[in-house]
Amino acid sequence: MDKIYDVIIVGAGPAGLAAGLYAGRSRLSTLIVEKEKDGGQIVQTAEIDNYPGSIEGETGPSLVERFSAQAQKFGAEKIIDTVTDMELEGNPKKIIGQKETYLGKTVILAGGAMPTKIGCPGEDEFTGKGVSYCATCDAAFFEGFEVYVVGGGDAAVEEAMHLTKFARKVTVIHRRDELRAVKAIQEKAFKIENLEFMWNSVVKELSGDGLLSRMVVEDTKSGEQREILADEEDGIFGVFVFIGYKPNTGVLEGKLPLENGYVKTDDDMKTTIPGVFAAGDIRVKSLRQVVTAAADGAIAATQAGKYIENLEG
Amino acid sequence: MLEVNKDTFEAEVLQAEGYVLCDFFGDGCVPCEALMPHIHRFADVYGDRMKFVSINTSKARRLAISQKVLGLPTIVLYKDGEKVKDLIKDDATPVNVEAMIQAHL
Ligand SMILES: Cc1cc2nc3c(=O)[nH]c(=O)nc-3n(C[C@H](O)[C@H](O)[C@H](O)COP(=O)(O)OP(=O)(O)OC[C@H]3O[C@@H](n4cnc5c(N)ncnc54)[C@H](O)[C@@H]3O)c2cc1C
Repeated sequence: MDKIYDVIIVGAGPAGLAAGLYAGRSRLSTLIVEKEKDGGQIVQTAEIDNYPGSIEGETGPSLVERFSAQAQKFGAEKIIDTVTDMELEGNPKKIIGQKETYLGKTVILAGGAMPTKIGCPGEDEFTGKGVSYCATCDAAFFEGFEVYVVGGGDAAVEEAMHLTKFARKVTVIHRRDELRAVKAIQEKAFKIENLEFMWNSVVKELSGDGLLSRMVVEDTKSGEQREILADEEDGIFGVFVFIGYKPNTGVLEGKLPLENGYVKTDDDMKTTIPGVFAAGDIRVKSLRQVVTAAADGAIAATQAGKYIENLEG
Repeated sequence: MLEVNKDTFEAEVLQAEGYVLCDFFGDGCVPCEALMPHIHRFADVYGDRMKFVSINTSKARRLAISQKVLGLPTIVLYKDGEKVKDLIKDDATPVNVEAMIQAHL
């Protein structure tokens, strides 16, 4: 592609779509490159209560639909492609996708975050074959079966409680001897009959014959390992992983200074490379929500406009 | 695009000759909803050269498990009733699905 866009936005989550809206509305030629669908993480959730102006019954998809329509209305173009590399120094900057390379005077990094993995053997192989990071997607498969939840924070305990409605028994596997989840959630959880806890434990290995049916768990205190097998009748069990989120910054390693993987910016969303901005969950910040992602996107697009003005004098 | 169910899956997919692409989705699975329109688009473009079907696993859980599908969305490509390739969850992007289709045309 020979066209040089004013702004290329990587990622069409709330941050990228808000940036697209602001950039488009400022009459900057804008391209959003997204690998799958609009909306990012938020399309996984069936309920959004805390985005200002979102009304009762608002879901992730319904909110995102309006974000997308608004960005499109102001002329932001969108392409479905996975970005695999970037050349961010100089002008124009190159965003290299699986399908094509895109050129831009400025780049807004809005790739967001995704669930952290356990990082043990078998995890990738058995994703979608017993291992899951999305309760709303996969809970129904485990109706009447046994399920393990890895984690001890709010998300893990809430999802574990949700899963007890489907599974015969849910066991939370947590590396410490007490939960990190807030007390109100814990109190509720401890009252649920088919919800159990396996303390001081970490998952070391996941395996099975096509579908997940065996795992190795290690006691963090004694170092002792033991095998957990699926009930013979069931033949399978589920492992749901909720141990936090990790920024999608693999392609940025060595290109930008990262802090625990997150991109560092100033208050104007500027990174250390002129003309390169970051917005949303991908950057170092204290609150990762839709409202702050959208705000970041708006600031980044406005600053991109200023940068182009200066560039062209 | 044909939607199959637990009664018709065997005939429409496992007994079918040639390539069949099956979209396993489920009720309340939002990423599945987001992927579905892309699969419909591919069915329009490539439908004359490959069969496209979808199945709601919420109503066919045992069948999904028998096909080793235990996570959504999953796109499976069959040839003469045998599984040739599957794309699961994060890998089931429109780009990857189209590439898989083109590699088997
Ligand atoms: C289950 C769940 C429930 C939540 N509930 C709420 C809530 O109720 N209220 C709230 O305010 N927040 C909630 N959040 C948090 C909120 O979803 C995030 O803060 C917000 O989505 C961040 O937006 P973002 O645009 O920065 O990133 P993301 O939403 O992560 O979007 C990033 C986008 O970039 C794309 N991308 C990444 N890498 C590439 C690449 N290499 N090439 C192309 N595209 C790429 C991704 O596909 C994705 O679409 C929830 C999150 C989850 C997971």
